[in-house]
Amino acid sequence: MNIIVLAKLVPDLVEELTIDPGGAALDLTFARWIINEFDDHAIEQGILLKERGGGTVTVLVPDLDGADDVLFTAAAKGADRLIKLGGDFNGVNNHALARAFAAVVKELQADLILTGVQAHDDLDGSAGPLLAECLQMPYVGYVSGVSINDGKSLLRKEYPGGLLAEMEVTTPAVLGIQAAEQPPRYVAVSKVRQAMKTSSIEEQDASSLDPCGGPTVGRMFQPEAAAHATMIAGSPDEVADKLVDLFKELGVL
Amino acid sequence: MSQDIYVLIEHLRGQVAELSYTMLAAGRELAQGAGGNVVAVLLGHNAKELGKDFAADKVLYLDHALLADFTSDAYQKALADLIGKDQPRAVLFGNSSIGADVASVLSMRLDLPLVSSCRSFTQDGKFVSQICGGKIMAEGELPGPTALVTMVPGGYQPDQGRSAAAPSITEAPVPALEALRVALSKYIEPETGDVDISKEPLLIAVGRGIQNKDNIELAENLAQAIGGVVCGSRPVIDQGWLATSRLVGKSGKHVKPKIYFAMGISGAPEHAEAIMQSDTIIAINTDPKAPIFDVAKYGVEGDIFDLVEVLTEKVQQAK
Ligand SMILES: Cc1cc2nc3c(=O)[nH]c(=O)nc-3n(C[C@H](O)[C@H](O)[C@H](O)COP(=O)(O)OP(=O)(O)OC[C@H]3O[C@@H](n4cnc5c(N)ncnc54)[C@H](O)[C@@H]3O)c2cc1C
Repeated sequence: MNIIVLAKLVPDLVEELTIDPGGAALDLTFARWIINEFDDHAIEQGILLKERGGGTVTVLVPDLDGADDVLFTAAAKGADRLIKLGGDFNGVNNHALARAFAAVVKELQADLILTGVQAHDDLDGSAGPLLAECLQMPYVGYVSGVSINDGKSLLRKEYPGGLLAEMEVTTPAVLGIQAAEQPPRYVAVSKVRQAMKTSSIEEQDASSLDPCGGPTVGRMFQPEAAAHATMIAGSPDEVADKLVDLFKELGVL
Repeated sequence: MSQDIYVLIEHLRGQVAELSYTMLAAGRELAQGAGGNVVAVLLGHNAKELGKDFAADKVLYLDHALLADFTSDAYQKALADLIGKDQPRAVLFGNSSIGADVASVLSMRLDLPLVSSCRSFTQDGKFVSQICGGKIMAEGELPGPTALVTMVPGGYQPDQGRSAAAPSITEAPVPALEALRVALSKYIEPETGDVDISKEPLLIAVGRGIQNKDNIELAENLAQAIGGVVCGSRPVIDQGWLATSRLVGKSGKHVKPKIYFAMGISGAPEHAEAIMQSDTIIAINTDPKAPIFDVAKYGVEGDIFDLVEVLTEKVQQAK
């Protein structure tokens, strides 16, 4: 079984986000790129499937700062093949990304393609379903459990309130992973270093980046909240006293 | 080609999603500017009566046995046919387990532009989307000729999408639904836990800031002292630190306690939408810009680990 995982890099939300001088895009000059957390779950799910049923896991990422790190970390977890897609991916939308991924994935004879259900910087849909349609494959998203058997994949799709639907999809298919069946495994830095020595990254160039289908942003801004919390300041001791007073005021103590 | 705004109604097992009513309200705002009608699009089987409280000028109802339950493939086929023929000004989908499975695929299939995570429209019809965990808004002209839009909650009141006057319901043709590649096997009921957090009056909520499973005990101790129950954000549940029944948010439970005490939760939209009905939200977070402070009534900029034990002690003493 040939499992492909697509991973996207996104700016780390822990860092301060700023808008560029043009006012219509994020200023990514100093962005710290990290793997989209749902893609991390997709990698984990791919590796779990391989551990259960054999096969290979290929991980594909666009070339942005941090791409090598994502790939070698995946290798340390058990991915077999690492592909970095070359091109200018700074600020590229999902339509362009999906088309570029599709051109590469077409050649890989995938049985199953996994990717994160969404990313926090998505503004034109998500990469998974866009890719699925480029490849004429079926798509199911919000998936939190997958098995594969006999040309079919049996999966669990999440609905609000904890309701799940078990669905059957013919393969090859693209699945948008919400959560792997177990949390993404931790790998020690030493194992990642090891992987850097023993595995190699294949580089392929994106044929073209065609963003058609995404919107044009006229203005980007930080939301002005209608209200902001009244902040309670002081040493931990003082804050705790004030909170106790507040609890009393609210009638719970 | 019309100026109508189509709204894809989402329903599961006979229940229309709140988000669909929010979208009907959004559709009204957009239709007024564009000079078109709000058209609710309902796909189902023997489900016509679901449309009777929609605040829409018209309901287009597509009935087929294979549309009884949502599957991406069947919905995509039926909608591609309808949107291709009618060419409305915009089609609104939920940014949800149903809408998100459909909208992106239709964008590629029909070669139509797509805007996601839209929260509201401006009076002159621009989209305003919420991205980066609620930290950034992106605004722009609604692309044409037909814009596909996925919507998040928060911008409109769902009640404005309800109406006492039943709209006219027209049956629309369903294309051949053949060679479907996705099928529903069964539903699996939500796990029922020892407590129902949607009914608890005092919730101590933990997010990724709690760092590891062992630290959950700190929250448990506080909860015990104050007489509350511990719940958490999605990463906490995905890590297995708390049971699924304790999940607050879009994919978990909506809660409405007297006090929601959030520790190390950023307040991402998928979490925030589920806690808005709380009487008082109190948040502690090391990041003064965390969106949770925009929905909380009281906030503490600080470290959980500096505060929680002292607080637990003082709560115990105060009793
Ligand atoms: C389809 C979909 C459905 C989703 N459904 C849900 C859902 O139902 N519920 C849900 O919660 N999420 C849901 N999410 C995930 C959501 O987008 C966020 O990723 C999630 O809510 C973030 O959880 P968090 O706030 O715990 O973590 P983070 O966003 O990582 O925030 C952690 C916070 O802790 C703070 N912090 C760190 N250390 C400390 C410390 N020592 N003291 C104090 N503060 C500290 C940080 O400043 C940060 O603000 C969903 C996502 C998708 C795509």
